[in-house]
Amino acid sequence: MGIKFIYSALMKQDGKDKVQFPHRHLLGIEGLSPEEISILLDRSETYVDQNRRADKTTPVLHGRTIINLFFEDSTRTRTSFELAGKRLGGDIINMSVDTSSVKKGETLTDTAMTLNAMHPDVLIVRHPHSGAVKLLSEKVNCAVINGGDGSHEHPTQALLDALTIRRRRGGLSGLLVAICGDILHSRVARSNIHLLNTMGARVRVIAPKTLLPPEIERMGVEVFHDMSAGLKDCDIVMMLRLQRERMNGNFLPSIREYFHFFGLDYKKLGHAKEDALIMHPGPMNRGVEIDTDVADDVGRSVIREQVEMGVAVRMAVLELLALGSIGGDG
Amino acid sequence: MAVKNEYPSGKVAYINARLLDPATGLDTPGGVLTEGEIIADVGAGLFKKKDAPKDAMVIDCGGKCLSPGLVDMRIEVGDLASTALAAVSGGVTSAVCLPNTEPVIDDMSVVEFVARRARKLGLAKVYPYGAVTKGLQGIELAELGLLAESGAVAFTDGIKAVADALVMRRALSYAATFGLMIVQHPEEPALAADGVMNAGEVATRLGLFGIPPEAEVILIERDVRLAEATGGRLHIAHISTAESLDAIRRAKDRGINVTCDTAPPYFALNEAAVGDYRTFAKLSPPLRTEEDRQAVVAGLTDGTIDAIASDHAPRDEESKRLPFEQAAPGGMGLSTLLAVSLELHHNGHLGLLDVLRLITSAPAGLMGLEAGALKKGAAADLVLFDPDEGWKVNADALGGKARNSPFDGRPVQGRVLRTVVDGRTVFEPEN
Repeated sequence: MGIKFIYSALMKQDGKDKVQFPHRHLLGIEGLSPEEISILLDRSETYVDQNRRADKTTPVLHGRTIINLFFEDSTRTRTSFELAGKRLGGDIINMSVDTSSVKKGETLTDTAMTLNAMHPDVLIVRHPHSGAVKLLSEKVNCAVINGGDGSHEHPTQALLDALTIRRRRGGLSGLLVAICGDILHSRVARSNIHLLNTMGARVRVIAPKTLLPPEIERMGVEVFHDMSAGLKDCDIVMMLRLQRERMNGNFLPSIREYFHFFGLDYKKLGHAKEDALIMHPGPMNRGVEIDTDVADDVGRSVIREQVEMGVAVRMAVLELLALGSIGGDG
Repeated sequence: MAVKNEYPSGKVAYINARLLDPATGLDTPGGVLTEGEIIADVGAGLFKKKDAPKDAMVIDCGGKCLSPGLVDMRIEVGDLASTALAAVSGGVTSAVCLPNTEPVIDDMSVVEFVARRARKLGLAKVYPYGAVTKGLQGIELAELGLLAESGAVAFTDGIKAVADALVMRRALSYAATFGLMIVQHPEEPALAADGVMNAGEVATRLGLFGIPPEAEVILIERDVRLAEATGGRLHIAHISTAESLDAIRRAKDRGINVTCDTAPPYFALNEAAVGDYRTFAKLSPPLRTEEDRQAVVAGLTDGTIDAIASDHAPRDEESKRLPFEQAAPGGMGLSTLLAVSLELHHNGHLGLLDVLRLITSAPAGLMGLEAGALKKGAAADLVLFDPDEGWKVNADALGGKARNSPFDGRPVQGRVLRTVVDGRTVFEPEN
């Protein structure tokens, strides 16, 4: 238990230099260096180009087995990983685990050990509980990618957001980014806070007090409770999805009240920089956290571009971890 | 570990010991003579010239510390046999078990059953708490008077708070009729809700929901008021925050009849022990901040905290090898109670006798047990230990099925060399 393998994922880049990514798993953004994040983003760029061609495949993962293990409903992330795996020529299968059947007996570690016996090269895991993906990674011999664990981290989302911003703005350093909405429950927010801080951006969070976790400022963010003050001079506005069950009287009095104070409309957006980009990890609740016209504003909203970048980022992550996990390539 | 039963009715002379009796403040070279189940003689002059009675078995203590067996005022019992063994391996000769057993100790027959089973084992003496409310449901009062008559030493709903203010008021008031003590698990359940560790930066980073420190102090302040209003006898279990200590201090200053205890994790660890989702560090109440830990040490030093309990809570592998949110709270504590408590002495916060008092005569006094003192005529429950010998806590070697020690891997000082219950040596470490 707990034996730590550190492999170097050695990769030939355009047949020239070898690039190293010295982690066996991608469990979170916290702890990654700026160089390591840049390696992932640089590699993703090549796949953005490839994904725009008619022939979108390169068989770098030919013969490798990738399992998409989802303990929580997800269409977008699962599909994005599936497409990424297929475009790299890997054998990718989806496994949706009904959490109720897990409750009936088989524990997470049992599931991990069962799958491990099938010799996968990469496991992509999404789980409703924070830390569950890390626990699972300790029980298997293959690379593990965190596809989102509880309210903890969602590293590929932060990477695809970073790639989207970098392509639009040329870099991340020095940008002022506001993350708005349900920070309390958001793994997307946490991964983005880590990544943006690591890459030298300034991060603000804007939310009502009931949707902010305690001492969030110690993660290196400025806290605002007012959209007009928080959005002032921002380069990037990241909206977060608000889960239905948190809307009515629980954390918030009503959708109407939330949209009035925290929903992104043109009026509030007017406080940000004129060319500020609007982002959202999806799926959006139109009229709840974001006004529908703002979401569809082709000049400002990069929400669809984020989806495109997602496939490219996941290809890069799969490649680096899959080739690393057998230790012999490159 | 070896369990011996020797000289069940004979005399045993413990010679060449450093006698420590926190009840009287005695700290002197000397000896103890036990006869059958009781202490026949004790004192500084005893066996000075190795003049032990001819018919006694002689145990040379080699100058090590001989004190009353430890008294642990709060443990959870899973499997009674392995719990009792863990107790004596930690020098604990008397322990009071929470009523959250299966079945719940809310009925006279269960009180008698627990005491009888423990007596049969002949290891540590186990006394039961009775439930405050039937089935620990927090709604209807259990038969406190009858339970007390059958042997329940105090009353608590265990690791659940008596949450309803009216139920708590009536419990304190009714218990006062018979002079019984109510022990509260201080956590306002509505504020703890989905929390699994201390609220704050660490929980925020880990994406875990926190239990705010207010959840503890709010219930303490409420119950102090209720104790004052009813004249009831209130004891607050496992204090974990600085603010709780301030509340207790103020209540004591106002002359309210309230006492409290803490457990070793709260003065020896902080929330950083959770690290990367270590479920062995998931406790109830949760491990708090370093400032809170220091405040608990200060509370022990200045006497605000009346006793130390181990909070022993064995959990099987299956309930700990889970995602942090799903894992059961609780940690083992019997085997490490002495060594971790002695850190307070080694770090200069308390004298050796003061530390011992917190785990012998003080909890015995709170629980009304005839235990925790080296005196003629008392039960011969003793522990011989070396306060300085170092060892490393190894969860795999703590005995029993469970291994969930929050102190796993910790280097500690203070080793139990022999545990004596009713005159019989029931534990000696191997080699």
